[in-house]
Amino acid sequence: MTTFAQARIEADAKLPIIRITRDFSATPEQLFRAHIDPELFARWVGPTDMRTRIEHWDAKTGGSWRFVQDRDGTEYAFHGCFHDVRPDRIVQTFTYDDEPDGVALETLWFEDLGDRRTRLHGQSLCDSFEARDGWLASGMEVGVNEGYAKLDAMVADGAI
Amino acid sequence: MVDRLSRVFAALADPTRRDMVARLAAGDATVGQLAVSYEMSKQAVSKHLRVLEDAGVVRRTGDTRRRPVQLDAAVFDLMTKWITRYQRAAEERYRRLDAVLADMTDAEQRGTAS
Repeated sequence: MTTFAQARIEADAKLPIIRITRDFSATPEQLFRAHIDPELFARWVGPTDMRTRIEHWDAKTGGSWRFVQDRDGTEYAFHGCFHDVRPDRIVQTFTYDDEPDGVALETLWFEDLGDRRTRLHGQSLCDSFEARDGWLASGMEVGVNEGYAKLDAMVADGAI
Repeated sequence: MVDRLSRVFAALADPTRRDMVARLAAGDATVGQLAVSYEMSKQAVSKHLRVLEDAGVVRRTGDTRRRPVQLDAAVFDLMTKWITRYQRAAEERYRRLDAVLADMTDAEQRGTAS
């Protein structure tokens, strides 16, 4: 069986979609909770050198959310709606406040692999190829800025 | 760079053009050869190639009718680099999630033990 010990990313050539697959040593219920509990979510959403402040969080079908991240006083805010919140599936919109006309539709689902292992499937449908490629570019900046050192440190701290 | 990558993805949004790129990845081909492969007029093939050329996916030199069309490898390197770096950022985020999940498991086990 194929495993996804590391995040796998696919940028669809035909649709402005980014797909992501990653396996976790956790139950689907734990993975679900880490996505809907605001305190847990703020701990991992990152990036590492930013603090995340949850301003509003109503993780239920028809609810909404807003969080602000800051790095050295520069703030980046995001907001969206929870379209569907179910134990095996979360569907939500995602907008970066500085680009208020843009919106992505994110779908996450949790596949139970048994033995306390769960596969996360994520799909972000952006509203244009330009927007999708902008997200890819932002990932690039984060990756370059932070490098592997901090990542390794965090893995060690987490006692995985 | 965003503009360039957007043009590449937009050019590849068409299934015929994706197929042409796959074909050219296997080896250079002339407009005439592509026209035969796709049962298309040379004009129709040229139109697709112009889109790919504008996006920097393929290169044509000299007499565009007779010279073979080449894939521009640099474009694919660019796309691969972007996706690799996005992957790195996502993986970093998920390693933090690993740590959060491990803490949750620890807390649950402590709860069960007490």
